[in-house]
Amino acid sequence: MADAETSCSLRQELCKGLIRENPTLVGLLGMCPTLAVTQEAKNALGMGIATTLVLIGSNVVISLLRRVIPQAVKLPCYIVIIAGFVTMVEFLLHGFVPELYTALGTFLSLITVNCIILGRAELFACKHTVIRSALDGAGMGLGFTLALLLVGSVRELFGAGTLFGISVMEQNAVSVLTLAPGGFFVLGCVIALVNRIAHREPPRTAGCTGCPNAATCAASKGGCSQ
Amino acid sequence: MNLLYVSPSPHTSSTMTTSRIMACVLVALMPTAIAGCLNFGLRAALVLFVSTASAVVYEGLCRVLMKREQTILDGSAAVTGLLLGLNLPATIPLWQVMIGSFTAIVLVKQLFGGLGQNFANPAIVGRIVMLISFSSAMTTWQAPHSDAVVSATPLVSGNASYWDLFLGNTAGCIGETCAAAILLGGLYLCLRGIVQPVIPAAFLGTAALCSLAAGDDPLYQLLAGGMLLGAVFMATDYVTTPVTTGGKVIFGIGCGLLTFVIRQYGGYPEGVSFAILLMNLVTPLIDRLTVVRPFGAVRQKQEAKDHA
Repeated sequence: MADAETSCSLRQELCKGLIRENPTLVGLLGMCPTLAVTQEAKNALGMGIATTLVLIGSNVVISLLRRVIPQAVKLPCYIVIIAGFVTMVEFLLHGFVPELYTALGTFLSLITVNCIILGRAELFACKHTVIRSALDGAGMGLGFTLALLLVGSVRELFGAGTLFGISVMEQNAVSVLTLAPGGFFVLGCVIALVNRIAHREPPRTAGCTGCPNAATCAASKGGCSQ
Repeated sequence: MNLLYVSPSPHTSSTMTTSRIMACVLVALMPTAIAGCLNFGLRAALVLFVSTASAVVYEGLCRVLMKREQTILDGSAAVTGLLLGLNLPATIPLWQVMIGSFTAIVLVKQLFGGLGQNFANPAIVGRIVMLISFSSAMTTWQAPHSDAVVSATPLVSGNASYWDLFLGNTAGCIGETCAAAILLGGLYLCLRGIVQPVIPAAFLGTAALCSLAAGDDPLYQLLAGGMLLGAVFMATDYVTTPVTTGGKVIFGIGCGLLTFVIRQYGGYPEGVSFAILLMNLVTPLIDRLTVVRPFGAVRQKQEAKDHA
């Protein structure tokens, strides 16, 4: 029973970042890379994966060190850890996918100050176990990647008429979408769509699995009306 | 026994409803639309029809999807669509027209809450999005009364006679070439009291003065390009222009100045739509600057300072 509950909530740690607590589309964090590198789906995907790697790494290390880091200097410590992982990812990309490295340019180094990463460190990793932090990082990273990929695909498909560089409808491109105003248009529409999906009317009766109050709740037998 | 009835303001009422105003604007646009069709043929009529019809359809669909009161019949969507069509060259592909009118009606107007809530003139934003997206199609102009495609407006070529400019015998967007028809429509709007001539006068006056100062022919600058169409029909939209007369003067001067700057120094040959859009965006600020003091109100600044 306990195992089932743990694995269930572990899965939740991973899944919550995808849609329900999507850092970009629901939390509206990390807007800068979301708008800046999504002209092409390929760059968006690369940025998403790079950020995910940094996020998992920093979450794990910060979670490991959560009892060692003094409260007074925790932010500088987090930044140093994050910057370390960003540098590693930067070298990896430079070595193995130089094309992507050039395309992302300065935004790769700017992953360091991406507020999703610092936010997860501050809100989650410094309070939870290593496994949960890793899963949280992976989930949030995948959510960010998903959002970037969605915005990037729409912008590339309708703005340039290609998808991952393959020509689909270049004659019918609406090139304003690859420019900054188009980025805002598409991001706004995607946010509206995802929030519509994520925050549909909540189910009338929710089961008690996953409810934090299940143990102390009086109505824990038959589910509650919340 | 006589009772004293006390009712809240406003105490005057008017028969001028939104749909009546829009109908008047449509009537005022008719000479321009007809002149455009006469100059550029059936294809121009088709563009105007597609832009108007698609704008009305988008408006209707949006209101249905958003579960709001249906506003097709107030005519504002038709005005926006027709204005957008008049701002396009006659040779533009029709699917591009539909994207422009989608931008205007759905993105700029309905997503912000419909008529009265739009932050900028929908037709202007539609045109600018099209100009940026389809720059070659938007700057390929057909010569009047023929199928020949020329690529320069009188603004660029600079060799049309005043008479040609006045009657619209030049290349350009469907509605911008015939100055006579635009002035006729503007006169009608002024006589019906729909618009005050303040903004067009300030707009055109400023632009003329600036061109005079820069050594250009002011009359040519006013007649060529889209300045008349913009000044009479686009810069007089109620929603996106200041309320007070003083504010309107500031708005008009700003439009004229920006148009001159863009035409003279900018990368685009025509700057009217960008100028009006920029001034639309600062309209709330102008409104705050030009708040009217209520009748009988005393300046309270000194008092407030004393209290502080």
